[in-house]
Order: sequence, then structure tokens, then C-alpha cells
Amino acid sequence: MSAKTLRIAGVTRSFPGQRGGAPTLALQPTDLAVGPGEFVAILGPSGCGKSTLLRIVAGLDRPTAGQVMLDGAPVAAPGPDRGMVFQSYTLFPWLTVEGNIRYGLRERGLPEAQQAEVAARFIARTGLRGFENHWPRQLSGGMQQRTALARALANDPEILLLDEPFGALDHQTRELMQELLLEIWEADRKTVLFVTHDIDEAIFLANRVLVMSARPGRVKAEVPVPLPYPRDWTMKTTPEFGALKARLMGEIREEVRKAIAAAG
Amino acid sequence: MEPLKPVSPGARIALGAGFFAVFIAAWGVATYGGWVPPLFLASPGKTLLAGWSLLTEFGFLGDIAVTIWRVVGGFLIAAAVAVPLGLLMGAFKPIEAFFEPFLSFARYLPASAFIPLLILWAGVGEAQKLSVIVIGSVFQLVIMVAGVAGATRPDLVEAARTLGSGRLAILRRVVIPAAAPQIAETLRLVLGWAWTYVIVAELIGATSGIGHMIMDSQRLLDTGQMIFGIAVIGIIGLVTDLLFKAVNRRLFPWAVL
Repeated sequence: MSAKTLRIAGVTRSFPGQRGGAPTLALQPTDLAVGPGEFVAILGPSGCGKSTLLRIVAGLDRPTAGQVMLDGAPVAAPGPDRGMVFQSYTLFPWLTVEGNIRYGLRERGLPEAQQAEVAARFIARTGLRGFENHWPRQLSGGMQQRTALARALANDPEILLLDEPFGALDHQTRELMQELLLEIWEADRKTVLFVTHDIDEAIFLANRVLVMSARPGRVKAEVPVPLPYPRDWTMKTTPEFGALKARLMGEIREEVRKAIAAAG
Repeated sequence: MEPLKPVSPGARIALGAGFFAVFIAAWGVATYGGWVPPLFLASPGKTLLAGWSLLTEFGFLGDIAVTIWRVVGGFLIAAAVAVPLGLLMGAFKPIEAFFEPFLSFARYLPASAFIPLLILWAGVGEAQKLSVIVIGSVFQLVIMVAGVAGATRPDLVEAARTLGSGRLAILRRVVIPAAAPQIAETLRLVLGWAWTYVIVAELIGATSGIGHMIMDSQRLLDTGQMIFGIAVIGIIGLVTDLLFKAVNRRLFPWAVL
């Protein structure tokens, strides 16, 4: 499995002012390095610019200043080397589950037989067997996000960008999806950048948590998660988990309060 | 009756057929009851008889075939121009900015007002009939297709880009499939308008077609024939509509589930 180093250097994003007003700074100059096989969670209150940062890494948004580099090569546009799963349901409604998973493979011009073989492998790994020929609208939210994850993984990206992928799911489904993602990551050790506002989720999955400040966003704290892999749900009740959670809650509460004060 | 509560398929058909029955009954009362003089409105029976003689003695089937041919021909030409152009306009905003103002102007040009000019340019043959239909439907169609294509969900386009799709692949593999069911629905709607334009075209300078027959019947004050001709258009419209809907359901199972 391939894994590359992601380097974010001085990435800044401001949005033009509305009706001649001053431009809004969404993201202060941010530096970040993510090594091969790391699982980094970006934790922050709503509107702190964490999704903006991820979209810039994906190439879906351009930084106002700064640069994103993957193994030394600058990235400017989206590409199949950076797979992405979005918070909103973005399966192609006119393709079946299998058709969605094959989308990127077909784009790369893989022969039919090989497409089918890769798709079958990821259908099995994400627990979608028996749903291959379903249309997206026939699936629950959890099943749709499984398919979206399989679609991104089937493309064999260097780095996986996850933008609150389980944010719209109910609590129980979300926990199952976290375990599924962890299981896949523990097997493949792909580089993952995971945006979330859920503290438990960040600790449970990542080996490093970056806390972002309220808008304009910047990385205000970096918290390593020294809990061993493989992890399972029982880890969420250990004292070590509790201590990390207490620390991150302290960091986040302050930022949420600032964000609310700024909005008021 | 509860607000928004669905009706069962059987009841839907019965209710739909019911209004046809009420309509024909009211027509019967008005004519057989002597409320309207026969000179202005033929009775349902007279209309059927007139229709029978049209079909058996006056070769009305030939007129129907000619009119259908014109509608389908004009409609296909309009669609062949409008669908690709509309897709390009919807997907690429500079193309839209180039054509949109002119099309917004052109869509208000009444097709029927072009008939004298078209007769001058193209004579009274088939080219003129087809032109009326094309002018009447192509501008509307382009604007509607552009609107549908432009409404493609941006998050699906972004997902496709992260999966490795370039510009043309997004047009081919996202914009077109996403827009296809709505485009088919638009075509169904505009085909209905094409029927209006063909009859207008056939009322002037035509020697065949349903519109020409209606014009002839007016000279003979035969309201039965005129009503039969109009009803035939309605029936053909209804049948094509049902066919279109059935084909759309077949082609786009993901959109109607």
C-alpha cells in the first residue's frame, strides 16, 4: 500500500467581503505535516475553517496564500490520489452501489474484469454484500456512507480525506462506522485526514488530534493519542481515553464560547 | 379526503375516466337537449358519424399521418439542436452567458407570426411546416435544458473531481446522467407545444394534415368534423404522453423509485 507525506505550508484562506465589506479570514496561515500512514483528526467548532482546510487539500478550494504538497509535488486541482468522503450524501443516484464504487476505476480505464474484482473486494470489506445492485436512494444513510467510503478506497488513493463523513448519521450507526473505518485503516495504514467536531470520534480513531481555534481558524493545540491499535469500542471507557477527552473538551469549550460570542 | 393523502391506482383510473364521462354527458345534454343549435356544436353522435365518414371516405388517416410526421420531424430537429446546446450552456457558464440573452429574446417571438415570412422563404411545402415547429419549440427547449443541466448538484461534481474526472468526463458522466430524466420530462412537455404549432402551420397554406381538414370543414360549417379533428389531436397527445412516461420510467428506474 502506498502512503505519502502531506505537507501544508502557510495555507491561508480569506473570502471576499459581501457588498464591498472587508474580506472574511476563514483560515489563518496554517502549517501541518502528515506522515505516511498517520491518522490525523482535525477537531474544531462549527465554522472554524476545518472543512475549508480539507477542501484545499482536496484541491476543491484554492488557498489565498500558501501551498499544499504531496511528497514534495504541489497540488492545485482535485485528483484521484486524494480520495474524499463528504458529509452530505454524494453517491451518484443513477449508478447502483457497484456502479458507484466502479466510478473511479472506470475513469482510470481499468478493464471490466478488473473493475468487477476490485469492486467486489471493497463491497465485501465495507459490509455491502447483497446491496450491489441497489440504487442509492434505496439505502439508509449508513449504507450510503459505506458505499462512499468504498468508492473512495477502491480508487487506491495516497491519502484519504474525510469531511465529517459520519456527521449526518445517528449515534449508533456512527459508532459502527467508526469501527469499520478503523478496521480498514488498521489493515491498510493509509494516510488519513479526518475532520470532525466529535471529540470521542477524534480520540477513538486518530493517533494525533489537531484542535482548531474559532474563526479565523488556526491549529491551536496538537494532542497525540498514545492509545495502542487495534482499538475497539471498549477503549472508550478506559481512564486514558477519559483523560484525553477531558483535555480536548477543555480546549474545545473555550473555542465554542469564542465562536458564539463572535456570532452574537 | 385528507390533504396530500395518496389515492389508490384503481381509484385514480376510475376518477380520471369519470371526468371524461361527465364531460361527454354535459356535451350530450347541451346538444341533444337543444340548448345549443347544431350549427354551432354537433352532438357526440353526429361527431362520431362525421369522424367515421372522414376516416372511411375522405382519407383522414392520411392527414393524421402527415401531421404526425411533421410534428415528430420538427420536434426531432429542435431536440437535436436544443439538447446539446442546452447541456453545454448549463455546464459551461461562458457559453450560457453568450447565448442566454438572445434566447430569452427569441423565445418570445411568436412562431405563428413567422408563417408569412416562412412562406416567402420556404414556400408552402414541408420545409415551411417543419420550420414553424422548430421556431416554436427550439428556443424554449434550449433554455429549459440549460436550466436542468445547470441545476446539477455541485457536490456530485466535486465528488467526481476527487475520483479523477476531468471537464469532459464530468459533462459525460455526471451532468448528462443527472439531467437526463428532467430533460426527458422537458421533451415530453415541449412535444405537446409542437402539436399546437403544427395545427397553426396547417391552417395556412396547407393541402393536407389535420389542420387543413379542420379549415376545410369550417367552409362547410361541419362542426362535427371540426370537433372530431380536434379530438383526434387530443387523443394522439394523450397516447404519446403515456408512451413518453412509460419510456422514461424504463430508462430512469433510479429516478422514480
